[in-house]
Amino acid sequence: MKRLWRWLIPLAAVPVLALLAYGFRVSPRDIPSPLVGRPAPAFTLATLEGAPLGLETHRGKVVVVNFWASWCYPACYEEAPVLERNWRGYRERGVVVLGVDIQDKREAAQKFVGDFGLTFPVAQDLKGTVSVDYGVYGVPETFFLDRQGRIRVKHVGAVTDDVFRTTVDRLLAEAAPR
Amino acid sequence: MTADLGYGMTLVALGLALYGGIAAGAGARSGRTALIESAQHAAIGVFVLVTSCFALLTYAFLTFDFSVRYVATNTNLGTPFYYRITAVWGALEGSIILWAWMLTLYTIILIVRHRVGARELYPWALATMLGILAFFLLVMTVAAPPFQRQMPVPADGRGLNPLLEDTGMITHPVALYLGFTGFSVPFAFAMAALITGRIGDTWLVLTRRWTIVAWYFLSLGLLIGGWWSYHVLGWGGYWAWDPVENAAFMPWLTGTAFLHSVMIQERRRMLRLWNISLVILTFGLTLFGTFLTRSGVIASVHAFTQGSIGILFLSFLALVLLTALGLVAWRWEALRSEGELDSIVSRESAFLLNNVFLVAAAFTVFFGTVFPLLSEAVRGVKVSVGAPFFNQVNVPLFLSLVFLMGVGPLIAWRRASLESLKRNFLWPVALGIVAAAAAFALGVRSLLAALTFATTVFVAVTIAVDFTRATRARLRVGESLLPAMGGLLLRHNRRYGGFVVHLGILIIALGVMGSHAWSVQTETTLHRGESAELAGYRFRFDGLTAVEESNHFKVIGAFTVSNGRVLGVLRPAKKFYPQEQAPIAYVDYRLGLREDLYLVLGDFARDGSQATIKLQVNRLVSWIWIGGLVLTLGALLAILPERHRTA
Amino acid sequence: MSRITVIAVAVLALLGSAAPAATAQNAKAVDEQTVYDIAAHLRCVVCQSLSVADSPSEMASQMRAIIRERLAAGESPADIQRYFVERYGDWILLAPPRRGFNLLVWLLPLVAVVVGLVATAALVWRWTHRSRGVRPPPVAVDAAMSERIRRELESGS
Repeated sequence: MKRLWRWLIPLAAVPVLALLAYGFRVSPRDIPSPLVGRPAPAFTLATLEGAPLGLETHRGKVVVVNFWASWCYPACYEEAPVLERNWRGYRERGVVVLGVDIQDKREAAQKFVGDFGLTFPVAQDLKGTVSVDYGVYGVPETFFLDRQGRIRVKHVGAVTDDVFRTTVDRLLAEAAPR
Repeated sequence: MTADLGYGMTLVALGLALYGGIAAGAGARSGRTALIESAQHAAIGVFVLVTSCFALLTYAFLTFDFSVRYVATNTNLGTPFYYRITAVWGALEGSIILWAWMLTLYTIILIVRHRVGARELYPWALATMLGILAFFLLVMTVAAPPFQRQMPVPADGRGLNPLLEDTGMITHPVALYLGFTGFSVPFAFAMAALITGRIGDTWLVLTRRWTIVAWYFLSLGLLIGGWWSYHVLGWGGYWAWDPVENAAFMPWLTGTAFLHSVMIQERRRMLRLWNISLVILTFGLTLFGTFLTRSGVIASVHAFTQGSIGILFLSFLALVLLTALGLVAWRWEALRSEGELDSIVSRESAFLLNNVFLVAAAFTVFFGTVFPLLSEAVRGVKVSVGAPFFNQVNVPLFLSLVFLMGVGPLIAWRRASLESLKRNFLWPVALGIVAAAAAFALGVRSLLAALTFATTVFVAVTIAVDFTRATRARLRVGESLLPAMGGLLLRHNRRYGGFVVHLGILIIALGVMGSHAWSVQTETTLHRGESAELAGYRFRFDGLTAVEESNHFKVIGAFTVSNGRVLGVLRPAKKFYPQEQAPIAYVDYRLGLREDLYLVLGDFARDGSQATIKLQVNRLVSWIWIGGLVLTLGALLAILPERHRTA
Repeated sequence: MSRITVIAVAVLALLGSAAPAATAQNAKAVDEQTVYDIAAHLRCVVCQSLSVADSPSEMASQMRAIIRERLAAGESPADIQRYFVERYGDWILLAPPRRGFNLLVWLLPLVAVVVGLVATAALVWRWTHRSRGVRPPPVAVDAAMSERIRRELESGS
C-alpha cells in the first residue's frame, strides 16, 4: 500500500494545471460592477457648449450614460455612430443618451463630437470624480439606468446596436414610476 | 521571400530536433553510438538553422523589410538603428526565437563538454534538450511564427513599443532568458539520471557550474529588470510584484535553494530525492513563467499576447511535470536514502532551514500570484493580490534567510561544538546588537529597519571573521598580506565566491530596506517660477519646451534642483508617439549613493505656465545596483575552474 | 518626418488652456504621506499591477486628487477605502481583505513555513537518532566520477 503513495507526487501537479487551464475561460480585465442594481450616483457637469448637465433632471426616463475618450481607439470610434443613431431613434420615447468624456482635452473632445456629428449632451469629467463614482476602469463603458434612476446594466466595451436596443427596450417596457 | 526562407528553415529545424531527440534516446537505450552521433549532428544542424533564422530576422529589421509581419508591427522608418536590432526580441515571436537560440547554444556547449565525460547520462540529457528545443520550434512554426508574410507590404511599420526603447531592452531579456534556459541543462541531466537509474552524485557534480551560471544570469536579469523599471517605467519603483516579475522570481528562489542543498548532497550523500525534485520544480517554474507571460491568463504589464499559444505552453508544462514527477515516483525506492546527521546544531541544519524558507517564499509568491484565479474559480469573485500582500508576508522569510546567510558558512559540518559556536558567533552577535542599538539611537524607529540593519551587520561580521581568521592563518606560515588574501580567494574560490555573493545580497537587502523605510514623495502643481520642497531639496519649475524626435514628439519640463546650492536641472518629459494612445512618461532623476531625486511630469498647460509633478526622494536605491555588481564578482569568482594546488 | 510634424501640430493644438486635471493646490491641509498611504493600497485600474500611489497614469492622478479632496473634507482613510470598494469591488484593494475565503492566501504561507519547519525537525530528529550500523547501499560510481574524486582529493580542496 505504501508503494502507491509515491504516485501522489505527479498527481499533485494536476490541480495546479487544472487551475491554470481554468484561466483560459476567464478574462482578467472583466471586472463585475458592484453598482448594478443600486441607485446611480448623481452628477452635475457642464456640456461642451456650457449648458449644465445633471443626471437628476432626467429622472423618469431611461438614461444611457456613456463614458468615452477621443484617444480610445478603435472602440469609442466604433460605438459613436451607434450611439448617435440610437439616440435619434429613441429620443422621442423617453430615452436620453449622455456622454461623459474622461481624461481628454477640450479640443480633442470637440473634434470627436464634430467628426461624428453627435447631438446628444456630452460633458467633460475634468477631475475624474464622475468616472470614479461610477467605478469606471477603462473606456468605453456604458451604463443603462432605469426610470427609477438605478443602474441596471453595465456594458464594457463598444456598444452595438443589438446591445443598445435589447437593453433599452427591456427597460422601457418596465412600468413607469408613480 | 525572406518570410518563406525563414519559415522553411524553422520547419527543417523542427524536424531535425525531433529526429535528434528520438535518435539520442534510441541510441541510449540500445547502446548504438552511431545513433547518438547522428543525434549530435542533428543538434548542430538545428543550431546552424536557428542561428540563421535569427540572423535573417535581424537583417529584415535592419533593412526595413516590412513584408515580414513581425517587422512591420515592431518597427517603423523612424526607429533608430540600435533599437531595430533589439526590437528583434521585443515582442512575442522574437522572444521565442531568442529562447530557442539560447537552447541550441546550450545544447552545443553540452555536447562539447559532456560528450566524453558522462557516457551514460549524456545521450539522455541530449535527448531531453532536443525535446525541449523541438517544443519551442513547434511554437515558432505553429503559434508564433516570426516569418509571417505581411500582404500588402505597408509603406511604414507600426513602430516599437516606446517603453522598449531603452538600453535595458538590450540586456534584460537576454540575461533573463540565459538564466531560464540555463536551468534546462541541470534538468536534462536530472532526467537522464532518473531514466538510467544513476541517481547518485554524478549528475549533480556535472551540472554544478551550469547551475551557478544559470542562477547568476537569472539574478542579473532580475536586477536589470528592476533597474529598467526604475528608470524607464516612470513610477519610481523597481519591483511591483507583477505576475511576470513573480514568475521570474520563483525559479530564482527554488534555484537558490537547489544551489545550497546540493552542497549537502555532495558532502553527505543525502537529500537526493529533494534535490531532483527541486531541479524539476525550478525548470517547471521557468516554463510556468513563459506560460504566464504569453497566455494572458493573469494580466500583467509584461503580457505579450493571448491566444492558442497559452494552450501550447500549458500542455508542454503538463507533459514535463507529469513525466518528470512520474519518473521520480518510479525511482522512489532508490532515491529515498536514509540520511544521517550527527547533530542538530550543524551546517546541514542551517542549509535545511535555508531550503525551507526559500521554498516557502516561492510557494507564497506562487500562491499569491494564482490566488485571484483561484478566488474566481471557487467563489466567482475577483480579488487582487499585490505589493502590500507580498511585502508583508515575504519580509519575515527574507529576513530569516539573511540571518541564515550569516550562520550557514561559519557553523561546522556534522556537529558544531559550543566552543566553535562561541568562537565564530560571539563578535557577530555582539556587533549586530550594537548596530541595532546604534540605529535606535540615531532615530530609526521602524522595527523592521532596525532588525534588517542588525542582521546585515551580523552577517557582514561573520564574513569578516572568517576571512580574517583564514588570512591570519596564512600570515602565520609566512605569507605576506596581499598574496595571502588573493591566494585564499583563488584557492577556495567556491567558498569565497559564495561569501562575495552573500555580501552582494546584504548590500541589496540594505538598499531594499532603505528604499522602503525612508523614501519620501509628494505631488504638487507648480506655476512657472514656483518651487516645491521635499527632504531638504528645492525644485523650481522653470518652464516647458517642445522637441521633435525621429519617431516621437516630446514635451520637456525644466526643474532646477537645489539644496542650498544649485545642483542642476532635471528634465522629465512626456513623449507622444503616433502609434500609442497615451503619452509615455519619461522620468528624470539624479542618482546618488544615499538618495535619488526622482521626477515624473504629469499634466501641464499648453503655454507652459504650470505643470504637475510627482517628486520622490528615494533612499539607498543605488545600493541595490551596487549589490548587483558585487554579486556579479562573487559569481565569477565561484565559477573559476578549480586550480591544482601545490601546498 | 512630416507625420511627426502633423502630430506635433496636433498635440500643440490639443493642449488646451484648460487647467490640468489633477490640481493639488487645495492640498495644503492634507498630509501627502496620508494620501500616499491610502493610495498605496488601491490598485490603479488602468495599470496592471501598480498602486494608485505609484502609477504615473492620468487616471491614478485623478484618483489621488479625489483622495486628497475627501481627506480635506474630513473623511477618514477607512471611509475613503470603503468608497472605492463600493464602486469597484474588493478587486481594487491590492491585498485581499482578511476575511472568509481570502484568509487562505494570508494563512497558507504561514502554514507552509510551519509544515516545512516541523517536517525538517522531524527528519533531523530521525537522522540524528539512527543507529550507526545500517549504511545505505553504495551508489554506482562511474569512471568519470572516480577520476573527479581522485583529482579533488589530490588537489586538497
